Amino acid sequence: MGESQEQFAIRVRDLVVGFGRQTVLDHLSLDVRKGEILGLVGASGGGKSVLMRTIIGLIPRRSGAIEVMGHEIGGTQNPGTQGAAATWGILFQQGALFSSLTVRQNVQFPLRENLVLSQELMDEIAIAKLEMVGLRAQDADKYPAELSGGMTKRVALARALALDPPILFLDEPTSGLDPIAAGDFDALIGTLQKTLGLTVFMVTHDLASLTTVCDRVAALADGKIVAIGPMRDLLQSEHPWVRAYFHGKRSQMLQHEMR
Amino acid sequence: MNSEPLLLATPSGDVLKLRPEGSWTAANVTTLETLSHSVGADVDRSRVVTLDMSGVSALDTLGAWVLEKLSRRVASSGRSAEFVGLADQFSGLMDEVREVNRHTPAPTAKPNAVLLSLGDLGKATVGAREDITIFLQMLGALFMAMIGVLRRPRSLRLTSLVYQLYRIGWQAIPIVALITFLIGAIIAQQGFFHFRRFGAESYTVDMVGILVLRELGVLIVAIMVAGRSGSAYTAELGSMKMREEIDALSTMGLDPVDVLILPRVAALVIALPILAFIGSIAALYGGGLVAQFYGDMGPAIYIARLHEAVSVTHFEVGILKAPFMALVIGIVACSEGLRVKGSAESLGRQTTTSVVKSIFLVIMLDGLFAIFFASIGM
Repeated sequence: MGESQEQFAIRVRDLVVGFGRQTVLDHLSLDVRKGEILGLVGASGGGKSVLMRTIIGLIPRRSGAIEVMGHEIGGTQNPGTQGAAATWGILFQQGALFSSLTVRQNVQFPLRENLVLSQELMDEIAIAKLEMVGLRAQDADKYPAELSGGMTKRVALARALALDPPILFLDEPTSGLDPIAAGDFDALIGTLQKTLGLTVFMVTHDLASLTTVCDRVAALADGKIVAIGPMRDLLQSEHPWVRAYFHGKRSQMLQHEMR
Repeated sequence: MNSEPLLLATPSGDVLKLRPEGSWTAANVTTLETLSHSVGADVDRSRVVTLDMSGVSALDTLGAWVLEKLSRRVASSGRSAEFVGLADQFSGLMDEVREVNRHTPAPTAKPNAVLLSLGDLGKATVGAREDITIFLQMLGALFMAMIGVLRRPRSLRLTSLVYQLYRIGWQAIPIVALITFLIGAIIAQQGFFHFRRFGAESYTVDMVGILVLRELGVLIVAIMVAGRSGSAYTAELGSMKMREEIDALSTMGLDPVDVLILPRVAALVIALPILAFIGSIAALYGGGLVAQFYGDMGPAIYIARLHEAVSVTHFEVGILKAPFMALVIGIVACSEGLRVKGSAESLGRQTTTSVVKSIFLVIMLDGLFAIFFASIGM
């Protein structure tokens, strides 16, 4: 146990999650090592977001165990989950910015709630985070409704990073971004991961991010992790769905381009 | 892993050597701020400042920024500051932090409080004119949609109309009946209690009858409908606006007024008179019960007195007002819904505005009708 806590940031054992009669995740097990960037791929509607939301305690599970940084996860009000909540930052697919707060206040929100620091320092940190994700100081006083899709994503990332959390959950971070912005986003995640030693759990369909920033890739099919390993190994995988995913026309084209 | 941060300052002549140690992370932010303030005076005195980073065991953006801020304090007055002994794993972060907060926009000057409140007053005045314009625009749009429906009766959205009638009419009956019943009973009780002193108890029935049929029945029901259905209309249309559903409708060549607003307002115009009628009857019934159990007046006498006291005119005066009130509630609710902007807060604000405004307009309209009916002798 002691060793496992040292080595793994997230441990999922025999997880079963379902809604009504439908079982979405069926005895799924997954380990995420500390300091790695793990990409999760899977069919649309196949339970990727469900897995992420279960790990962070938003969706109740039928059975199984989840541990994040040594904290046992229960519901959102569970003390274990709240202990773990201090160690993660989450980027939701739609940003989930607080619409009644400005960009600056959104980024400051986790700081204000968790730390005691002067307003001056809080302002500087907020601007610093915004500039690190590629926004300008002028954008700080806008409201979320005034932002474009890409800006919303960046602000959400800045908010997720506000406390420099050891674990970062990203739900399709590059979807809806242009390739340049997506590339910058990947580079940024890579830099932050290197400098802060972040563990990143990324749900994505972006083959470029999978190839460039992810240390390991996990494939989710039929409610289970059917393949996990570096991108090289996954390309060699014999599982029919994984083959179809990485050797389909679109993927082939992209891989060809990259070679 | 988390060790107490320290900042050792060794001044030697013009040169100040700063050596941060321990965890320079967000968890220790309070200590970090104190530390960086405590060396402020030393930093300002020295010509050259070196920051020896070799003792730092953990660093995050916040800690890096506090250190960077110290070095900028030196650099801003033309002196020199440098980082030495920076571990490899931290250099990327320091490089990131070095780039940020370079172009802070000049803070905007706070305007004078008096000017600000005068500005608000001016905005409110202009806003009132805008409100009237929007109200009239919506009235016009509804009128045009009505004409369209009269020309081609098949274009009426019957399903939607029936559904809205069910929601705001049928489902509202229990609560409307209950509240008007209670109001009728309360008025009757007050009447008996106060009129008894000068032996005019039988006039309580006149009071209840006239008050309920002419004014209160329709007014109470209109206020309830504004709170119950008007707010629902605003919230529905507002969230449709937020999710761009209304834009989607327009791009498909459909007019939101035809599709969404006309069925809603029409349902209100049909339902409110019916609800007002049901409410009035419930109030009279409440009055009758109080008459029997509190005023010792049997049902037969109550009905006979009612028959003498009220005429059809009283009923007409009340019920004629209902469709106009419904129109006002509907127009206000729908136009406020369309004014919702992107945020959740704006949805809440617009819903409140819708209810407050429609109740105000309903009462004002009631007053205008009172003057009108008095002058034509009804």
